[in-house]
Amino acid sequence: MAKKGELGRVWDYIVNTQVWRSIMRHGYPNTPRNRSLAVLANLVLHLHPLRLRKSGMRVRYTWCMGGITFFLFLELTITGLLLMFYYRPTAEYAYADITYLRADVPLGIMRELHRWGAHAMVISVWLHMMRVFMTGAYKPPREFNWGVGVILLLLTLLLSFTGYLLPWDQLAIWAVTVGTNMARATPVMGHEGPGAAFVVVPYSEGAGTISVVHQASDVRFGLLGGRFVSAATLLRFYVLHCVAFPLVAAFLIALHFWRVRKDGGISGPL
Amino acid sequence: MAEEAKSTVPVPKGASAPTGGVIVGQYPPPEPVTRRSFLLSWAGAAWGTFTLANAVGAAATLRFMLPNVLFEPPQKFKAGKLDDYDWDKPDQRYKTSQKAWLMKTHTDYNKKPAFIALDTTCTHLGCTPNVLYTENKIKCPCHGSGFRFTGVNFEGPAPRPLERYKVFIDPIDGQITIDKTKKFHYEKGEWEDRESYIDLSSA
Repeated sequence: MAKKGELGRVWDYIVNTQVWRSIMRHGYPNTPRNRSLAVLANLVLHLHPLRLRKSGMRVRYTWCMGGITFFLFLELTITGLLLMFYYRPTAEYAYADITYLRADVPLGIMRELHRWGAHAMVISVWLHMMRVFMTGAYKPPREFNWGVGVILLLLTLLLSFTGYLLPWDQLAIWAVTVGTNMARATPVMGHEGPGAAFVVVPYSEGAGTISVVHQASDVRFGLLGGRFVSAATLLRFYVLHCVAFPLVAAFLIALHFWRVRKDGGISGPL
Repeated sequence: MAEEAKSTVPVPKGASAPTGGVIVGQYPPPEPVTRRSFLLSWAGAAWGTFTLANAVGAAATLRFMLPNVLFEPPQKFKAGKLDDYDWDKPDQRYKTSQKAWLMKTHTDYNKKPAFIALDTTCTHLGCTPNVLYTENKIKCPCHGSGFRFTGVNFEGPAPRPLERYKVFIDPIDGQITIDKTKKFHYEKGEWEDRESYIDLSSA
């Protein structure tokens, strides 16, 4: 790195300042040691192993589906965050804000980027699961990470479902009406589900019983915040969609990546 | 890896005997990368495209934060006829919607009768003061700045009088029209500007 001239001297001065050396904990990555340190000392890269199998780099083996899913998760986080600047989750404003976003806000494609990205992510997680199944990558010692992956798949579907309601148009309201009606049939917790009729408390001596799980106390009621899809449901789904599910998903994604490394890296061909 | 190294690194004849024919830990020397060869390579094109796409995305995101449509009252508004307003008493009907006090008064420098529109923004730190009719003054609740009804400051931290909007009679419908895009500052002598008041001496 022998640099000549004024620029070289300025460069040498900069890389020897305390500020630079406090950020960069190693020299220029042109030796095997510094290259290793560059990966180890980087927040993003340290998740990535220093060495990996050649098959782990083959797109025809991995389809890169996990990576694409993660990329889409980041894309959805960024576009979703930007949409939150203009969208208000209330019955009065939600639909108007969606049309406002499309017609009047600069970059009217932002909402479509979020929607297309969401569809693509649902597809890519399924394909990722299929690849892992086809290559037997769920087998020991990777059973636990398969379980984490199944929860992440469910979270992706829940994110997709809760986001479905937010445009607050006829499609959204009736789709969520239909979707949450299925929760009526949840065993024990849904008021029309098997077992719910047996969850009762005695009313008074010899005068019959009161059912505990009914239309205004079951799991569907908790999901909707009411007996039908209403403004309370919109706010509830918005908070789940923008805060609760992404937080849990981000934590589980970190765990998922970490376990990939701890379980021996991306699995090789059988 | 050892097989690969053996095939690519030239091994001098006869040197293979002491090492057993296996060379460990040696790679073929990499081709030197120059600035020109990097920029013209696929890696250079990929990084260039990536950088360009990020720059466009960042610019578009910044533009996204600047809305095209505002849900604010228009900067120019009509306020009825001159007969609707009193002398020397700030009229509050457009205070909350347009941030304006309207009144008939006399110009500061030659006592000519005039109609003016005062900006309700305190010149100290931008709060909206209250009109205290019984005390004959405009008083800011934030830090106690006081103004005469004409807008001239006389107490508290406000450094200069309230500002006045451009006012004129619309020649078509005869209504008072206030244009908030143009403001007149007392300390710059702009209250003498013909556009800062409606002359009432002929009325």
